[in-house]
Amino acid sequence: MDILSYTAVELAKAIKEGKTTAVEAMQAVLDRIEEKEQTINAYVTVDREKALKKAAAVQQKIEAGELAGPLAGVPVAIKDNMCTEGMLTTCSSKILNNFIPTFSAEAVLNLEKAGAVLIGKTNMDEFAMGSTTETSAYGVTRNPRNTEHVPGGSSGGSAAAVAAEECFFALGSDTGGSIRQPASFCGVVGMKPTYGTVSRYGLIAYGSSLDQIGPLTKDVTDCATVLEILASHDSKDSTSVERQDTDFTSALKRDVKGMRIGIPRDYFGEGLDPEVKDAVLSAAKVLKEQGAIVEEFDLSLVEYAIPTYYTIAAAEASSNLERFDGIKYGYRTQEFAGLHNMYKKTRSEGFGAEVKRRIMLGSFVLSSGYYDAYYLKALRVKALIKKAFNDAFAKYDVILGPVAPTTAPRLGKSLSDPIKMYLGDIYTISVNLAGLPGISIPCGTDSKGLPIGLQLIGDCFCEKKLIQTAYTFEQSRKGE
Amino acid sequence: MANIIDDATIEYVGILAKLELSDEEKEQAKKDMGSMLDYIDKLGELDTTGIEPMSHVFPVQNVFREDVVTNGDESEKTLRNAPEQKDNMFVVPKTV
Repeated sequence: MDILSYTAVELAKAIKEGKTTAVEAMQAVLDRIEEKEQTINAYVTVDREKALKKAAAVQQKIEAGELAGPLAGVPVAIKDNMCTEGMLTTCSSKILNNFIPTFSAEAVLNLEKAGAVLIGKTNMDEFAMGSTTETSAYGVTRNPRNTEHVPGGSSGGSAAAVAAEECFFALGSDTGGSIRQPASFCGVVGMKPTYGTVSRYGLIAYGSSLDQIGPLTKDVTDCATVLEILASHDSKDSTSVERQDTDFTSALKRDVKGMRIGIPRDYFGEGLDPEVKDAVLSAAKVLKEQGAIVEEFDLSLVEYAIPTYYTIAAAEASSNLERFDGIKYGYRTQEFAGLHNMYKKTRSEGFGAEVKRRIMLGSFVLSSGYYDAYYLKALRVKALIKKAFNDAFAKYDVILGPVAPTTAPRLGKSLSDPIKMYLGDIYTISVNLAGLPGISIPCGTDSKGLPIGLQLIGDCFCEKKLIQTAYTFEQSRKGE
Repeated sequence: MANIIDDATIEYVGILAKLELSDEEKEQAKKDMGSMLDYIDKLGELDTTGIEPMSHVFPVQNVFREDVVTNGDESEKTLRNAPEQKDNMFVVPKTV
């Protein structure tokens, strides 16, 4: 068996059994990167020497019996908005073109403690603002399934790296769909956990009340395994939740008998590509055949999620991105007249168009005179959206729908009309507003051969129901 | 377009956002912000009287911990990221 086609869990097992080593696995990944990167451009940074050195050290620990976990020795790619000690962290922005963090994000440390080995940092939309990975200052990433198309975003580099076998799994972050949508476009599994499950310490903030780190993997087993290792209570993140039920791999059971699955009618209206619709409804049928109780219902308020999200996310972004001022780290403009001019010129030269657009909008909705009408209004609608989900989860264990209205668009077709691009987030965004977990799993391809994703949404802290449902679907499709 | 963003508003927001936009960027920003606000105005269709604004989905409280140093002196490493440094300090442009 080709080493690259192993899942993360299979690879760790093979290493443990002495069939291969962490170093061989890393070398295979680095060779693959060498071969693929010129086309795909999934990575901003790859540190070959460090990766091989680290793999050798981990291999020694495995052989000494000090590391025995399910990810020991497995090469991992990290989205470039998570701090990695001693390794360039750019957020795919010019303003952080030379930033070397002095510490690692808690999520990264948790993986390293489990013996996963960092390959490098993956490309993304600048500061995670975008749905195509085309707003990166370091070039676009191409979809490995069809290189004329985008990989989705903002975690497009992570999804592409998994799909192209340029890593065994990756971390992404999801503020409005940034893990689930690229996973869908690239045909891999991606999960956004319940808000507060994974520490945000060391994740460069975009919309703090919405951001959550999660895995992008080859299958559901890897997804549950990685999430189990990522989840931890962290006193350095004040929104971190203390959970006892993080044994997510215990939910890898092929059984959906009696599982109540709701399909929101409002997710299947205008704008949804018929091929996506068919694939998602066929997936619902598969689950029904396996014993799930599947029903349609009205979720309501769906069309209000996008304007609510863009108000809140832009407001939080305008505040979070104030720290990039050319003083303590990152880019500083060359010529300026005084402090304020330096700030303005640094930021104007350092940020790209989409980031500036959102900072401007965010500054406006928070400004005196507009704060109540826009920002507070959005927070009130958020409360209504949360209530609509509470009502739904009183009746259903899992909500099933598409991840995105279409499959991956062609490169260069999305950025000219921002509102149209934002509309692509319609099925993913309310999950972030309500703090819910959501998973994207492959459920077919369209006539062009582009992957289609199935989204399963659960109530807060109910990841296990999602994993169980996703696993059952994945197993039922095997051999198809 | 219902929301017309004038030059004065763009200037003001530019000050708040600490961004210096070129004339071309300003025109684009006026258009973009106007159409986004038109879109956001959709929220006005919903009656939210008596609904508390929800900033966090869980009841979040301040988390306190003892003020104890747990990391070592990292000033040298930290300053290495600074665009300009001198005598273990960040250098900023003259302010007065």
